[in-house]
Amino acid sequence: MKITKNELQYLAHKLRLKVLKMINKAGSSHVGSAFSIAELLSVLYSEYLNISPENVKDDDRDRFIMSKGHAVAILYAILSEKKFFPEDWLETFYQNDTMLAGHATAKNIPGIELSTGSLGHGLSVGCGMAYAGKLDKKNYKVVVMLSDGECNEGSNWEAILFAAHHKLNNLIVIVDYNKIQSLGHTSDIMEIEPFADKWRMFNWNTIEVDGHNIDEIRSCFKQFDNEQKKPSVMIAHTVKGKGVSFMEDTVLWHYRTPKGEEYENAIKEINKLVNKI
Amino acid sequence: MRTAFIKTLESLAEKNKDIFLIVGDLGFGVTTNFAEKYPEQYLNSGIAEQNMTGVAAGLAMSGKTVLTYSIANFPTIRPLEQIRNDVCYHNANVKIVAVGGGFCYGALGPTHFATEDLAIMRALPNIVVLAPGDPWEAKAATEAMITYKGPVYLRLGRAGEPNVHKSPVNYQIGKSITVKEGNDITILCIGGTLYNSLQASEILERKGISVRLISMGSLKPLDTDAILKAAKETNNIFTVEEHSLIGGLGSAVSEIICESRIPVKLKKLGVTSEFPDRVGNQEWFLKKYKLDSDGIVETILQTLKNKQ
Repeated sequence: MKITKNELQYLAHKLRLKVLKMINKAGSSHVGSAFSIAELLSVLYSEYLNISPENVKDDDRDRFIMSKGHAVAILYAILSEKKFFPEDWLETFYQNDTMLAGHATAKNIPGIELSTGSLGHGLSVGCGMAYAGKLDKKNYKVVVMLSDGECNEGSNWEAILFAAHHKLNNLIVIVDYNKIQSLGHTSDIMEIEPFADKWRMFNWNTIEVDGHNIDEIRSCFKQFDNEQKKPSVMIAHTVKGKGVSFMEDTVLWHYRTPKGEEYENAIKEINKLVNKI
Repeated sequence: MRTAFIKTLESLAEKNKDIFLIVGDLGFGVTTNFAEKYPEQYLNSGIAEQNMTGVAAGLAMSGKTVLTYSIANFPTIRPLEQIRNDVCYHNANVKIVAVGGGFCYGALGPTHFATEDLAIMRALPNIVVLAPGDPWEAKAATEAMITYKGPVYLRLGRAGEPNVHKSPVNYQIGKSITVKEGNDITILCIGGTLYNSLQASEILERKGISVRLISMGSLKPLDTDAILKAAKETNNIFTVEEHSLIGGLGSAVSEIICESRIPVKLKKLGVTSEFPDRVGNQEWFLKKYKLDSDGIVETILQTLKNKQ
């Protein structure tokens, strides 16, 4: 049964609510980095990736690598939503003597393909998986989520060369281009523009989308499926902290934990968005 | 050792189609035959060691037994975090192979000295660290490494080292090989220092000193039993390595002996932690750091004399 656009949008907001709760309890953050990819994860896990709790160990499953491992709260949230593990695990996020670390951790957590946290690792490993898929004539695809700041890391550009050279059309990169990195705007810290042109010059099938627009995300994936020769990249223009007005496009909410009134107000704002659907 | 490694790998790859060799655009004339014979099991990933190591982890996670191959520090220290996070943390079945351990590329200058690799690799969780002592050990280490499931670092010397052993050796991960029995002192050596250590032990024997010589081809896990036995049965232990005195075999042996409370004297022979101002070939460097047979003998005699 085909999932509707409204259902996908609803799921994205539901993930935001879950993340708020997790982060509030954890006393941690990266909330902005999680909110910017809510719609992307909603579409990926609801209809694009061939990954489910049933096939999570199959050789033919698709692989998803969260290279921007600091935004893992929302990945844990969608994995529990999709029944990879029980929802009450989310309450253990960041807690002592538990498994859900503050950066993506594959160990003992079903559905996490790769442990990440140090930026610039996921794409190379994804290249290896995609290359293995070609060698073994498998049909799976590999999707790697990068952050914009992560593209400062030179290792990515080694992998970008590699993927194009080997024509890994089973490899897809999504860049969460929310324009803010650790200490400021990307344009102030390390300019990556002209960004899409860089990928095109490196011989990648490159599409820019509004990363919060379900229709655009869907049609982009559809186009990627037809690509025969090149790896594909979706440059998803997003807003850091999307969904909560006072978090949007601010460096502060890379770090700050919503507590008290801020927490309550954030929940109210997301609920308002839910009611609008 | 390099030749023994690649010949062994070629023969293993014939039967085991999961073996996959990645080279970092090095290995001219070494890996060529492998590449021609098994194009489906070979990849040159270019001059990009971080990506090479990440790709290796991804291939290993997809069922391959992957080797990364380069020289000196290029496959180890350059992509160190990829080895730690992508390979070791995930216990991925990746074998990191470096040729040119120690001063094999001495004349090329300090960028090409692999003199801290053992210390750095040994510190990582989940990885086995092997440094065979002669071509026979290199062959056996290659076989053991492929059979073992999980990360391995294999440190090789160059091509053309003399055989110390006369025939195939029983090489096991975590076990040492006793080359010669003796009661007065023990020499524990690692990697290519085996030959010079054997020569030194023969000179010492002629001077009336009974030498036990053990090749510590597996640095991690280390053969603790053999070390403790030597500590109990001989009065002096000497470690010999073409590697920094910090963190390698000497350090590993010290750690075990210090905690054992066995009263035995230990002297570490190795490379001072420095970047030398002058270069020379491997032989020249071994002489400089007293790791040639005469140098080993001199240090041992001096140490024994001082302790009397």
